[in-house]
Amino acid sequence: MTINTLAKGGCHREQMACFRKMEKVIVAMQDPDMGMKMRNQRLLITVIPHAMTGHDIIAWLTHKYRISEEESLHLGNMLVKYGYIYPLKEPRCLVLRPDESPYRFQTPYFWTSTRWPASELDYAIYLAKKNIRKQGELMEYEKERYSLLHKRINHTWDFVVMQAREQLRASKQRRKADRIVLECQEQAYWLINRPPPGVNNVLDTGLERPNNFSCRVTLNSDYYKREIEACRKALGRNRVKSSICLEGFLKYSEQYLNHDPIMQGCLPSNPWISDDTAHWTMNAEIVPVPTRLRVERWSFSFMELLNDAMGRREFMTYLEKEFSAENLYFWQACEDIRHGESSKIVEKVEDIYKNFLAPGAARWVNIDSKTMDKTLEGIKRPHRFVMDDAQMHIYFLMKKDSYPRYLKSDLYKNMLAKAIVPQETKKSVFPFMRRQRHSSPSPAQTATQAGEEEGLAKGAGANSAAGSHF
Amino acid sequence: MAAEKAEMDALKKECDGLRAQIEAARKAVNDGSMSAAASGVASVGRVQLKLRKTLKGHLAKIYAMHWSADSRQMVSASQDGKLLIWDCFTGNKLVAVPLKSAWVMSVAFAPSGNLVASGGLDNICTVYNIKAASPKTLRELDAHTGYLSCCRFLSDTEILTASGDTTCCLWDLETGKQKVIFTNHIGDCMSLALSPDMNTFISGACDSLAKLWDLREGACKQTFSGHTSDINAISFFQSGNAIITGSDDCQCKMYDLRSDQEVICYQDASLNAGVTSLALSSSGRLIFAGYDDFNCHIWDSLKGEKVGVLSGHDNRVSCTGVPDDGMGVCTGSWDSFLKLWN
Repeated sequence: MTINTLAKGGCHREQMACFRKMEKVIVAMQDPDMGMKMRNQRLLITVIPHAMTGHDIIAWLTHKYRISEEESLHLGNMLVKYGYIYPLKEPRCLVLRPDESPYRFQTPYFWTSTRWPASELDYAIYLAKKNIRKQGELMEYEKERYSLLHKRINHTWDFVVMQAREQLRASKQRRKADRIVLECQEQAYWLINRPPPGVNNVLDTGLERPNNFSCRVTLNSDYYKREIEACRKALGRNRVKSSICLEGFLKYSEQYLNHDPIMQGCLPSNPWISDDTAHWTMNAEIVPVPTRLRVERWSFSFMELLNDAMGRREFMTYLEKEFSAENLYFWQACEDIRHGESSKIVEKVEDIYKNFLAPGAARWVNIDSKTMDKTLEGIKRPHRFVMDDAQMHIYFLMKKDSYPRYLKSDLYKNMLAKAIVPQETKKSVFPFMRRQRHSSPSPAQTATQAGEEEGLAKGAGANSAAGSHF
Repeated sequence: MAAEKAEMDALKKECDGLRAQIEAARKAVNDGSMSAAASGVASVGRVQLKLRKTLKGHLAKIYAMHWSADSRQMVSASQDGKLLIWDCFTGNKLVAVPLKSAWVMSVAFAPSGNLVASGGLDNICTVYNIKAASPKTLRELDAHTGYLSCCRFLSDTEILTASGDTTCCLWDLETGKQKVIFTNHIGDCMSLALSPDMNTFISGACDSLAKLWDLREGACKQTFSGHTSDINAISFFQSGNAIITGSDDCQCKMYDLRSDQEVICYQDASLNAGVTSLALSSSGRLIFAGYDDFNCHIWDSLKGEKVGVLSGHDNRVSCTGVPDDGMGVCTGSWDSFLKLWN
């Protein structure tokens, strides 16, 4: 069961889906065979049955989910904070202690998800009971809330007091042990649903997102007609085999592994760690000599080359030699239209026509006749995407022809050869610097699984900072 | 009445039939699983990132953050009614932008670094020029009928917004008017992300669907289902061929755009909190997902295993971000602090 806000119009919204998951854990913990071993706990002179120690809880979680102790402590804490387990000693402190402190499972009757939302009326009855039972037993903040409620639901106050008296009478007829258990459970419930001031409210869902039903989509016949149209289009879509796609992800990840500072560290050093901005300076948009990793990336994909200002400049130099630079100029001009100001579109389209498309233009681009006709037609009513087809044609022309040849050219090879491989920043002269000088060990190096030789070698090669840690 | 109902039923049936056919087409190309494909890939082992800096300055819950394209500046938004622009290298606050409405839910940095935008329960996306002597309101984009859940700049002249009124919208900043309205979701839109080539974008909504939209055509090209609750966070895999989603159902999923289906689900029995935000490391191998359980958990995107955790926040992690240069990851929380890790 989760908290469902039954909004107007009858659409349920599952908030806090985590409750269902936590309840699964709790049910597993109480499984008669594989669940927790419980024992009787003495509280002062009364014996409380079915209790367990904080230490037992952590051990069970660690074993069942095969996680570290730190994680089971965190998970156990969550279970306590959301009220599924409550402490017997110091009930107001909703923390899981990894020691012999006793805890109990909350009864499903008092699960937050069972009685959602907690009602003002019930809270008033609870406070009234406390007040009647022993005058002055209410805490300061409870007294304040009690008088606030008294003002707010004054019209039902007789009912509140009557209910409180009834419940107190009924509880007197129970065995003392049962009575204490019920009081503990109820108290735990209210500590979660009406937390004392200053205590973190775990049920806080943040900004109240107003449910604006005037603009909700009504599922009428128009909606379904649109959906059918969309589905028909989607059905006709070309789908690539999974195996090919997955291969693509693996390749990409592998290719960029050395370029991922979190995975493999970075040279000369990660500025966040060493407080040295050398890396950023070396990789600024335009530098005299680029770094090797950067030049390598130009060979990963055509877009990588084009997205890098220096890469584009180099490619342009190459194209000039081949007398096909107009292609790149054209592509750049089209990009400028796509991402630039709307007010300049007409003017820019004019320029493109003059420079690239008109017969006898200075930088005439070679586009197939079909695309040319379509583009010329479109220019009559210029808009942001009017050059798209032509731009795409030239893009693929460059990608299939000029780009691969560029990568094989001396121009590129020389660039790669003289590219910088930065030296790792020298270790600080002062060994007692507070901050960690070196990045955390490359994840590949900390791998303890067998057969990670390859990963280790890669890590050691790219990040020679295996050095000291403070 | 009866005739109308009969028509509706017929339409519903046709719609369901088509959806079933789409599922069948997806199954037909499904000739391999991610776990099989990734079985030969070396494991990343245990990823332990260290806390490098804690940025203190906000006085209330932080709801959103976004890195600048220079990978050094970052903007954060908090319920205390302020946007703060930080230089993450020095830890200094560069600019403070006071907001008209304190109920902010999203913030974005323009690629140029000149503009930031924010919005929330006021239904308005406000764009500020932060390069002026003191932050100046450039535009107030007011047309949504629901809260603003996410915004992202395409350039200094165009911005995309996602709203609780179930629509996403592309605005022209020069005129302040809506250019394209993207309607298809049937629940509040909670997040959006731009594709690396800027031709498409994806959105996640409370109808538990993720949708891919074409910016040119203004139409929804693909729809991905599988989640059982609100999708709070969404992001592209860097290659542009996959998307990652994070949801209130405590799971993250990766959907492949080319084979048009889910490829892997990131879930764990010990994780019982909803996902609020996510970000990927620059190679796409690691997914940093912020959860309601105050932690940011790290997933191996290819193997689907939980490989680490960033814990240190005292309240929900509401936003996560990795800068373009991939140097580390920033987490922002309801405890009013931003933390930088790597």
